[in-house]
Amino acid sequence: MSEFLTLSDAIGRFVRPGATIALEGFTHLIPFAAGHEIIRQGIKELTLIRMTPDLLYDQMIGAGCARKLIFSWGGNPGVGSLHRLRDAVERGWPAPLEIEEHSHAGMAHAYAAGAAGMPCAFLRGYQGSELPRVNPNIRFVACPFTGEQLACVPAVRPDVSIVHAQKADRDGNVFIEGIVGVQKEAVLAAAQSIVTVEEIVDAFPSTSNSVILPSWSVGAIVVAPGGARPSYAHGYYTRDNAFYVAWDAISRDRATFAAWIDTHVMSTVTTPGASES
Amino acid sequence: MTYSASEMMTVGAARALTNDDVCFVGIGMPSAACNLARLTHAPRLKLIYESGTIETKPSVLPPSIGDGELCETALTTVSVPEMFQYWLQGGRITVGFLGGAQIDRFGNLNTTVIGDYAHPKVRLPGSGGATEIATCCRRTYIVMRQSRRTFVDKLDFLSSLGHGPSGTERKKLGVKTEGPALLVSDLCIMKPRHDTNEFEVVSLHPGINREQVQAETGWPLQFAAEVSETPAPSSLELEALRDLHARTALAHGTAPGES
Repeated sequence: MSEFLTLSDAIGRFVRPGATIALEGFTHLIPFAAGHEIIRQGIKELTLIRMTPDLLYDQMIGAGCARKLIFSWGGNPGVGSLHRLRDAVERGWPAPLEIEEHSHAGMAHAYAAGAAGMPCAFLRGYQGSELPRVNPNIRFVACPFTGEQLACVPAVRPDVSIVHAQKADRDGNVFIEGIVGVQKEAVLAAAQSIVTVEEIVDAFPSTSNSVILPSWSVGAIVVAPGGARPSYAHGYYTRDNAFYVAWDAISRDRATFAAWIDTHVMSTVTTPGASES
Repeated sequence: MTYSASEMMTVGAARALTNDDVCFVGIGMPSAACNLARLTHAPRLKLIYESGTIETKPSVLPPSIGDGELCETALTTVSVPEMFQYWLQGGRITVGFLGGAQIDRFGNLNTTVIGDYAHPKVRLPGSGGATEIATCCRRTYIVMRQSRRTFVDKLDFLSSLGHGPSGTERKKLGVKTEGPALLVSDLCIMKPRHDTNEFEVVSLHPGINREQVQAETGWPLQFAAEVSETPAPSSLELEALRDLHARTALAHGTAPGES
């Protein structure tokens, strides 16, 4: 059964130095508050998994949390580059970053395989791309029935997955609606999971397109209102597009970035959304 | 009405889409072109974004592929694994609309690195959905600004398969979809030659000559036997595009399609 914890207790208990972790949320419901707590606790040598390592992983990489990144699209959506990611890859600052690069289809299949308890995933993918040349974890096998060459990637099996959701109920079940990304797969694929939520409610609204995670499929639940800012939480707050634009200048320079982390992450006890600061 | 080269490019790309298409939309210029088509000649065009939104009808251009507006205006929103497994890999998409940092004469695209992969000069965002959009959609259309930096003789990295390094690789790899069928730039429109799959210029935008296009291309360009002039954007097309950008600027403070 899921356990209600504070953010610092949940991160401190589950996220060990050197662990393989996934913080998911596809533009929507990105767990910034949890990522900032990992930075504050100084947890290092992490293998970070995420389809779209946008601002959150840019911050965690720049703050020195990461040893390796497994990803499929590393940009600032609608704005441009992730300068901290680029600095780590191009110049090894603040530390060299090993990368394992996939396509979205490869990662999506790998998460689904992880949730299903499978060792690997098969897909009709990567044909003609150079990605298999630079990523030994993309291989090809023949279908035993048709002989068709299919791509094969290892399942994503994080030590800990962290997602943000709209609601939990008092029994510790979790409710997510809107763009649901790979959040369900990330939680089910992981050995442990932390779900930060906007609020605890007595009963979930009845909607036709929501994702429910039963309490017995979740490790810890943390109440963290605004915990997805500057991304958005459908039904609660909108995306702070201006902050995504502003991040380009903040992150371009090492000193400006470090000052931002000091002010907006290290010096806060509970993490307000970046847009509120 | 006067218009910019960028507007000509977006309008030229939008015209390729029809009411019968189900289109997988990339962010940026493809998104502007696809929504312009839906707002003008192809109101029944189905737009799909990789965040899982199916038949979305945004009133402004989304700054990202997972914007709330896409979900709120969609017929339905599915999970990301479902999107890539059932809808894209399942062969249900007629057109994939792509761009990139580099393109070669056979429509292969680089969105990964400039320079060596292990020690890149510029680390680009990577594949995202593009690698499988390029092979699973029935055909792909490409929209890109043309310059010697972007239209190159040899890609630094092949992220997404066009017709392959020699123009023949799709067949060799058993890829059954058509691949790049159209390339719209700010200077011209190109289509692959039937015999070699190499892009050739089929239409020059008004006021552009062959020498100008060649000067912005990193390989010796082929021209079709008959090269026409691209019809200039109509006032209807321009008004719809400018209204879309104005609504977007009002909502988000920027016009993503212009970035």
